Amino acid sequence: MNHTEKIQHSLKKRHAREKRFRLYGLLSVSISILFLLSLLGDIGFKGMPAFWQTKVKLDIHLDPERLGLGPNPDQDDLFQANYQRLIADTLTRMFPDAKTRQQRRALKNLVSKSAAYELRDAVIANPQLLGQTRPFWFLAKDDVDVYMKGRIDRNLPESQRRIKDYQLAWIDTLKSQGRLKQGFNTTFFTNSDSREPEQAGIRGAFTGSMLTMLVTLSLAFPIGVLAALYLEEFAPQNNRWVDLIEININNLAAVPSIVFGLLGLAVFIGFFGVPRSAPLAGGLVLTLMTLPTIIITSRAAIKAVPNSIREAALALGASKTQVAFGHVLPLSLPGILTGTIIGMAQALGETAPLLLIGMVAFVADVPHSIFDPSTALPVQIYLWADSPERAFVERTSAAIIVLLLFLMAMNALAVFMRKKFENKW
Amino acid sequence: MNKNLFYRSVLATALLIGLAPLGSSQAASRNHIDIVGSSTVYPFATVVAETFHNKTGMRTPKVESTGSGGGLKLFCAGAGINTPDITNASRRIKKSEYDRCQANAVKGIIEVPIGFDGIAIANAKSGPEFDLSKRDIYLALAKQVPGKTPGQLIDNPYTRWNQINPALPNEKIEVLGPPPTSGTRDAFAELALEGGCKTFNWIRNLKTASKAAKKSGDPAKAKALKARYKNICHAIREDGAYIEAGENDNLIVEKLGKNPHALGVFGFSFLDQNADKVKGAKVEGVPVTFENIADGSYPISRPLFFYVKKAHLGKIPGLEGYIKEFTSEDAWGDEGYLTDKGLIPLPEAQRQVVARQAREAVPMSAPPAD
Repeated sequence: MNHTEKIQHSLKKRHAREKRFRLYGLLSVSISILFLLSLLGDIGFKGMPAFWQTKVKLDIHLDPERLGLGPNPDQDDLFQANYQRLIADTLTRMFPDAKTRQQRRALKNLVSKSAAYELRDAVIANPQLLGQTRPFWFLAKDDVDVYMKGRIDRNLPESQRRIKDYQLAWIDTLKSQGRLKQGFNTTFFTNSDSREPEQAGIRGAFTGSMLTMLVTLSLAFPIGVLAALYLEEFAPQNNRWVDLIEININNLAAVPSIVFGLLGLAVFIGFFGVPRSAPLAGGLVLTLMTLPTIIITSRAAIKAVPNSIREAALALGASKTQVAFGHVLPLSLPGILTGTIIGMAQALGETAPLLLIGMVAFVADVPHSIFDPSTALPVQIYLWADSPERAFVERTSAAIIVLLLFLMAMNALAVFMRKKFENKW
Repeated sequence: MNKNLFYRSVLATALLIGLAPLGSSQAASRNHIDIVGSSTVYPFATVVAETFHNKTGMRTPKVESTGSGGGLKLFCAGAGINTPDITNASRRIKKSEYDRCQANAVKGIIEVPIGFDGIAIANAKSGPEFDLSKRDIYLALAKQVPGKTPGQLIDNPYTRWNQINPALPNEKIEVLGPPPTSGTRDAFAELALEGGCKTFNWIRNLKTASKAAKKSGDPAKAKALKARYKNICHAIREDGAYIEAGENDNLIVEKLGKNPHALGVFGFSFLDQNADKVKGAKVEGVPVTFENIADGSYPISRPLFFYVKKAHLGKIPGLEGYIKEFTSEDAWGDEGYLTDKGLIPLPEAQRQVVARQAREAVPMSAPPAD
């Protein structure tokens, strides 16, 4: 057997092996895609309905007498008046068949609790409305909304569904009178957290995330970039201390995020007295978490700048600092920014360290500064996923969709910057 | 020159660290109520917080779910303005916690019982009917069960419900429940498991013997006997029949829907919300309903509380208003909005007494009995 024969003999085996390997690779890629698609599909299927919201139209007679108002009510009287009663009156007039206590209570629960406050705000904004009969569109209660979206099967026996037969009859009547409509759920974007699913929104959590990211970015970016610049350009080479620092930065990048939360609790809240649950505390903790990522990617970007550029600048008489800030930093900036954005995206999705510094909380007010209590988007998802009300299931998924879109936008920006400002040497 | 720069930067950093606590002194005035504590009370406290905001226009209180123990720890850390004003608890404050509060200058603690929470044992709608006694629950889930002779313990041998009690369905024992960190688990162990455990005379005698030893001045023996009693009664089996399903009760409900052979343990409000998917088992012949928990006939239920720091009244705007809102008939009454969320109200007479004491800010006069 000569060499050619030998090779030919093994060729078939080698080809088969290659084919097999490619097949395995293709298989694992398709499995990953399948997982991803089923995850996204599930979230999308569950979350999309949350972007629609059922509203109910009621003709409210704004009777000052029923409101307990005198002839010339001032702002305070208007604020304190019992608007809930007007809504109950209207509903009872429309559906006089509600007799038992339970039924009357169910009747009241056709519209959201927010209806009374909406009415109040409308009257305060325009006191001339008093005494008139006006149509108002109110948010429907979560159970009605869930039913309207077809998530409750009316063919089930009555005992097995949350909506009883008499409630179904009311909903049918409202529907036939054109008093129910489904529209885009703006509440979801303009409101903060609420315990009533129909009133719950992500504005507070979104603002909290933004403020936290602002703190993180304004600290982690300068510190990280300067540290990387120093370590690459100025630090003595082959120094034991520099090596030690390098190893520890790499180690820190792999530390579980909850450890940073514990550290933040002890140092920032315990020692420095940063207010609990504030974006400042969250931002500081996430800074610690993202710093190693930013330093490592920045160093890689700085390292990629060819030495010839440094040497050329030095040869023309530039100082080391001038070289670093005038030439190396601008040339490595695209890489640094990409790393920063990826680090920030990671921080945006983080919940575990926030748990320990009190950002996992019910905060219904939109935070105005980095000292106000606040939550963050992933925390909001966690809190809603834990709520018993059925209508929170779709809101959980909807918040996940928003968070994913946000993350995708950030990553797309990173890709765009890399492509746009990429330097080729 | 370079050295100079180094020292200067060290100095600047030190200065920054030194100044930081000064900067935070602005947090000393707080204009929102800070609430921590039990995850069981969380759904109720948040609804009250929101209503309080809507009714008064003041800032919404911040409610953090830390668990009863974690909440009391934060609450008792000090009387300063940077500590929580209110902590929620799904059990009464312990003597050790009360003492810690006193030691940290938290002198006046106002205790407000708010109602009850039932713990449901439920399975899928399509599953078999269960009518369990506490003894059945204990025998099904304890790590070790009493053997033939008194004082003997054997590893739990039961794998099917009808082995424990022929009247129960012929189903594998498979129970999804909360992990040890959960207050629901503590209450379940104390009320259901210990309740069943006590039906064995020799185990109950351990507790009486422990008390007798304490009286006769032998604390070491009393402690050992009590530990043994607790160990027998509270330890849950770890061989796979009891599955810890995390703190997320929604998850348990979903899993039950997919597995009609399993039972789940969770708070009554989750059963109430998911009545189309799961049904509650009877315990000691009593079905788990709103009425039965309210009148105390359903055996696995526990009281819920919140505790207010008296020193913060008048310092935190709206604190009195929040207490007033929580203790109004509109909120915690028989027809109040908290019952919509699954709270089982106190009897009316007690509500009136508690509401008056809370509004007059009457603090606890003595530590709770241990």
